[in-house]
Amino acid sequence: MPTMTIAKAINEGLRAALGSEPKSLLMGEDIGDLGGVYRVTEGLKKEFGADRVVDSPLAESGIIGTCIGLALRGYRPIAEIQFDGFVFPGFNQITTQLAKMHARSDGQLTVPVVIRIPYGGGIGSVEHHSESPEALFAHTAGLRIITPSNPQDAYWMIQQAVECQDPVIVFEPKRRYWLKGEVDLEKPTSDPFSAHVLREGTDATVVAYGPLVPVALAAAKAAEEDGRSVEVIDLRSISPLDFDTVTASVEKTGRLVVAHEAPTFGGIGGEIAARISERAFYALEAPVIRVGGFHMPYPVARVEEHYLPDIDRILDALDRAMAY
Amino acid sequence: MAAAHLPTTEFDQTDLDGSLEAAAEMAQGEPEAPMVQLLDAEGRRREDPTFGPYATDLDGEALKAFYRDMASVRRFDQEATALQRQGELALWVQLTGQEAAQIGSGRATAPQDYIFPTYREHGVALTRGVDMSELLKLFRGVANGGWDPTATNFHLYTLVLAAQVPHAVGYAMGIQRDQKMDAALAPAATVAYFGDGASSEGDVHESMVFAASYKAPVVFFCQNNHWAISVPFEVQSRIPLSNRAQGYGFPGIRVDGNDVIAVHAVTKWALERARAGEGPVLIEAFTYRLGAHTTADDPTKYRHSAEEDAWRAKDPLLRLEKYLRSEGLADDAFFAEVAEEGKQLAAYVRKATLEMANPDIRSAFANVYAQAHPLVEEETAWFEKYEAGFTDAEGENA
Ligand SMILES: Cc1ncc(C[n+]2csc(CCOP(=O)(O)OP(=O)(O)O)c2C)c(N)n1
Ligand SMILES: [Mg+2]
Repeated sequence: MPTMTIAKAINEGLRAALGSEPKSLLMGEDIGDLGGVYRVTEGLKKEFGADRVVDSPLAESGIIGTCIGLALRGYRPIAEIQFDGFVFPGFNQITTQLAKMHARSDGQLTVPVVIRIPYGGGIGSVEHHSESPEALFAHTAGLRIITPSNPQDAYWMIQQAVECQDPVIVFEPKRRYWLKGEVDLEKPTSDPFSAHVLREGTDATVVAYGPLVPVALAAAKAAEEDGRSVEVIDLRSISPLDFDTVTASVEKTGRLVVAHEAPTFGGIGGEIAARISERAFYALEAPVIRVGGFHMPYPVARVEEHYLPDIDRILDALDRAMAY
Repeated sequence: MAAAHLPTTEFDQTDLDGSLEAAAEMAQGEPEAPMVQLLDAEGRRREDPTFGPYATDLDGEALKAFYRDMASVRRFDQEATALQRQGELALWVQLTGQEAAQIGSGRATAPQDYIFPTYREHGVALTRGVDMSELLKLFRGVANGGWDPTATNFHLYTLVLAAQVPHAVGYAMGIQRDQKMDAALAPAATVAYFGDGASSEGDVHESMVFAASYKAPVVFFCQNNHWAISVPFEVQSRIPLSNRAQGYGFPGIRVDGNDVIAVHAVTKWALERARAGEGPVLIEAFTYRLGAHTTADDPTKYRHSAEEDAWRAKDPLLRLEKYLRSEGLADDAFFAEVAEEGKQLAAYVRKATLEMANPDIRSAFANVYAQAHPLVEEETAWFEKYEAGFTDAEGENA
């Protein structure tokens, strides 16, 4: 099994999709000769040509809108948004058109558009380059939202997104683009819309996704040294959200911490807390505790370490959960 | 031909024909279009019946001041690049090659005008009197802005491309209203700076529609530096961008963006016109980004060095130097003095950067809302307690 980075795994996944699905094509800013600002599309234009790997004008509404048109014509467009903070000129097309096309055509039309968005902070960058806007999209029915946390998932989930009949937003954890891991090129990972239990435990469950998965695992390891057995779940899919896996875990551990980089207020953690308290009320020994960003615009690079959830913040939440 | 797409508010069909021709020509390759030029690449003055008169008041001192500004900001740019390489800045956005477009236009603005830059307008900032070290705060990661925009009427940089352009139109609509209320108010206008890439964003289109509808006193100043990161101009437009103005119903002018005299003259004309209530103008400054997009970019991936070399020959500083020398307006002593000033600016900016205080996340909490907000208060309190936990723990350990 080859070892590769997440960036390379997505690159290979895209190459496989372009190779096997003749109607697939990539569209985005600087994705051609440059190979994208993170080089995720490196070499693809050379291999598949300018009709399959399209360097678009600088206009996100145009990118998403024309991808919708291409999808209506039977194509399988894969759009790249350069950074999380720049998706918003395309937000109108995503929420009013892409998400609703299937429903408003009474199920007659499908728009299998994939939108890749590098997201999250921790890269010391400038404004609008470190955001986690997934909740804004999760709130919109009609969109599927996935976020791989390792190369194996990255390689397969991008291909599974292309195969999906619904629009799929793939949030790529940009600070983990260089995280390496083995990729089984033969055997696909299971259902991309399901959660994975990455580590079993009995005292508490930590749910995370995308860039915080390695942090959650590290926190679980640190907790083990204190004699706590922590289960870690990689959500992988934000919409749909695999509540069954989370519920089963909480029924076993009785305690739940949800961690994401996005602000907690109005976030995915709140949704999980509400559903789990409905589904597993009697199993819960403590309230569900959220670890996340604060209710503020993503702060400047020099203070982002105080904003981003780290091992200590997760351990603090575990302490609080265990204290009940 | 000096200026084919001229200052007429009426829609002129012959101009359109010209632009279609230009479009056909462009489809063949490099966009060639008539362009206002008052100083050519060899440093020779050119005549222009329309815009020449807007340059007649520029004496030797004024031209030397232009040179001084351009040399200063180039030196500043080099220092910032060095600071980035040394790890003192996270990123730097270079302006080298675009000095004339920025100094020429910036020097045409009046103090009461209000400027909306993108992120590369360090030269314009200099002309507005912004403390140049403050421009680096954003790139050092200590601030999202870095200066007080109301002190110099130079707005904060905006990184979401084109998002500031409608703001310039709205601000101009405010100026219109103020002037109706108070006839004694000094006439003012706004300038919106954006790039060839950003011109494709819907915000630019909507801005131009609004500006035309209300005859807002705004000058759209597009620096066409030929590249939007790796994407060449041809992907954004098949015709000169200045031609688009006709479609909205106001004049568009392409000017040699490496000719500080022409840029100054055209901007001065456009601003006077806007302040006089005659509506918006689109200026396309035809220039070139000589450096990388940012210090994180590698242009060898997408463009040939021969193209860069061809543009280096059109360097805005060189041509003005040639002119000043050939006219006997400036000598070695002047250029040595300018170099010394640049050095001083660089030293000042370096020192100020290294001394920049690291921000505190508490100020980020404090600045989310103008009025007290219970959630922010709750989270601030939580954060204080959380942080204090570490200090206590450390105290215990000690
Ligand atoms: C809305 C939005 N989309 C994408 C980006 C990412 N991005 C930053 S600069 C840039 C190219 C800008 O080109 P241009 O407008 O020509 O300005 P220049 O950098 O050449 O001055 C891109 C795509 C952004 N900042 N904002
Ligand atoms: Mg450009």
